[in-house]
Amino acid sequence: MKHLLFTAALSLTTPLHAAEIWVTNEKDDTISVIDVDTLEVTRTIPTGERPRGITFSKDYSRVYICASDSDTVQVMDPNTGQILHDLPSGEDPEQFVLHPNDRHLYIANEDDAVTTVVDTESRKVIAQINVGIEPEGMAVSPDGKIAITTSETTNMAHWIDTETRELFANTLVDSRPRHAEFTAGGSELWVSSEIGGTITVFDTANQSEKAKIEFAVKGVHPDRVQPVGFEFTEDEKTAFVALGPSNHVAVVNAETFEVEDYILVGRRVWHMDFSPDKSLLFTTNGVSGDVTVIDVASREALKSVKVGRFPWGAAMRP
Amino acid sequence: MRNLMLTIIVMMLAAGAAVAEIRIPMVFLKQEIDRPPTLSNLDPIPDDLGEKGAHLGLSDNQTTGAFLGHRYLLETVLIPVGGDPLAAADQALEQTPFLILDVPADTLLKIADLPAAGEALLFNTSSADMSLRSQNCRANLLHTLPSYQMRSDAMMQFARTKRWDTLALISGEHPEDQAFADALRQSAAKFALSITAEKTWTFDADMRRNAAQEVPLFTQDLGTYDLLLIADELNDFGRYIAFNTWLPRPVAGTEGLRPTAWAPVVEQWGAAQLQSRFQDLANRPMRPQDYAAWAAIRSIGEAVTRINSSEPADLREFILSDTFELAGFKGRPLSYRNWNGQMRQPIPLVTQSALVAQPPLEGYLHQHNELDSLGLDAPESACEAFQ
Repeated sequence: MKHLLFTAALSLTTPLHAAEIWVTNEKDDTISVIDVDTLEVTRTIPTGERPRGITFSKDYSRVYICASDSDTVQVMDPNTGQILHDLPSGEDPEQFVLHPNDRHLYIANEDDAVTTVVDTESRKVIAQINVGIEPEGMAVSPDGKIAITTSETTNMAHWIDTETRELFANTLVDSRPRHAEFTAGGSELWVSSEIGGTITVFDTANQSEKAKIEFAVKGVHPDRVQPVGFEFTEDEKTAFVALGPSNHVAVVNAETFEVEDYILVGRRVWHMDFSPDKSLLFTTNGVSGDVTVIDVASREALKSVKVGRFPWGAAMRP
Repeated sequence: MRNLMLTIIVMMLAAGAAVAEIRIPMVFLKQEIDRPPTLSNLDPIPDDLGEKGAHLGLSDNQTTGAFLGHRYLLETVLIPVGGDPLAAADQALEQTPFLILDVPADTLLKIADLPAAGEALLFNTSSADMSLRSQNCRANLLHTLPSYQMRSDAMMQFARTKRWDTLALISGEHPEDQAFADALRQSAAKFALSITAEKTWTFDADMRRNAAQEVPLFTQDLGTYDLLLIADELNDFGRYIAFNTWLPRPVAGTEGLRPTAWAPVVEQWGAAQLQSRFQDLANRPMRPQDYAAWAAIRSIGEAVTRINSSEPADLREFILSDTFELAGFKGRPLSYRNWNGQMRQPIPLVTQSALVAQPPLEGYLHQHNELDSLGLDAPESACEAFQ
């Protein structure tokens, strides 16, 4: 059923263009759009100030952009590149996640120590939840019942009940948590810690720590191995983890929690997304200002694509 | 019935134990000092230097503490010029073992040696004095401000990388200027650079023209050199040297390219967030001593968070252990040297408008931690109190 819906959505939006990867350029106030077939930048779209988090609505008719220094979330028509309207986001929105209901955006307000919940239809803030200092990583469980905010200076994952919009648990992780994702059908939560150099895996049922993944890149000092963004393959058996200034992406077995491989990419790798068939992975490399295209099957870097200054977020448009 | 009552009481006690909070009172103790006059008043030193950094650290700790039942309190004690810092410290130690100190080096030692400070955990946030990290170290005294030599090593790593092999040095007459000049000399030797000419800035009322006009003559006899170093810790004359030298050469040290613990131009690694939190709190940019006070309070907070204890001995042991790491917005985890209590940290090299480099630079290797290529490494420190 889910598949059918997906196909239906695809048929509504795909005919006009090939699949694309949209990349936010933090210090250029633009989005670079990469064609997945040709691996070239086809266009560059202006945004608000310091764009970081980026995500599409479920039917891909809208793209949401955290314009951090404009203190707003912009809603753009991806066909025209026109900003349709802004959403009230709270101050300094950095990252966000769209609830499975396709309607509520959970936004981390980095300067304010709050998570803001915005209704994208009524364009109103429906809740603000106090969390730790410098909230950043955001995730929602597949059933939509739990939202997660990680706070970089408080070093916690905050567990939000999406019905009451209150915290029901706060779990410590290593220093400077950056990114969170649910996996294994929502039974696990993964949180990366940039300065701690680890990923903590939690059991969603009781919020207990299930595993801790550590990384070691040959020839790179452990201090510079800094996990940030990560994504899972379709079967959720493998995770790709950006390791920041170590300039590598780790390939992690999501069942044994062992690191199987390291792939050399551009400098200070941040975030990533897959092509629609998940055969290619696109990583944003902040310092080198490019995107590395990785062949998922062979785990090899295929190409670097020059984008704008300090590329940060990445989102796929089929 | 009696049994039931007892059960209820036991349950109440248990519930009480469950919510029992950890309380961490801290005191920021500052000795006010008379500062000598400087040639320019362009950059006044804020009265709340350090204090605001401590307050930001407190508020960061409090947010985390709120989720864990840890309560942090901070009292500020200002000792006027001529006041008695030891009496104030004694009084503070009656309330808490956690003192954040902004006092001169000799006072630091006296406070650390107070009988009441035996079990205390003290943080030096204001003195870069090398002896405090070496022969005069104290087991109860940790240092979050980098030493003179950490800064001078950072400077020399950069000069070495640039192959600016020949250096000249102008230093002021104040003890702080001389201490930094000494550090520069030692670092030059450490990184195989040579200081080929040195002069001391001794201008007084005899100076008939303004400083800027004197500088070309003053620097004419320095000979040839690649980089001119300035040791002017009080910010007195240094600002008039650049672009007025006889030879066109870059200027570095306390002026021009500066090695410093913190500056407003540090914005990578999430530092922009710390800068803006500080600006909101203090209405001014964050300075090195603010950063040191912030880091001291955050170190206590980080340790309390991780080991769930308020015992200074436990916290000290954890802070000095390999497991401790503080996210200090400098791109690497910060930790403490367990041979002299100095906090390891990258040293930004900055100009007025940009971050130029952030030593340790690539290629300066170390068998344990590249950050230990800056400042006194274990074999160089004469500190024995930590053994």
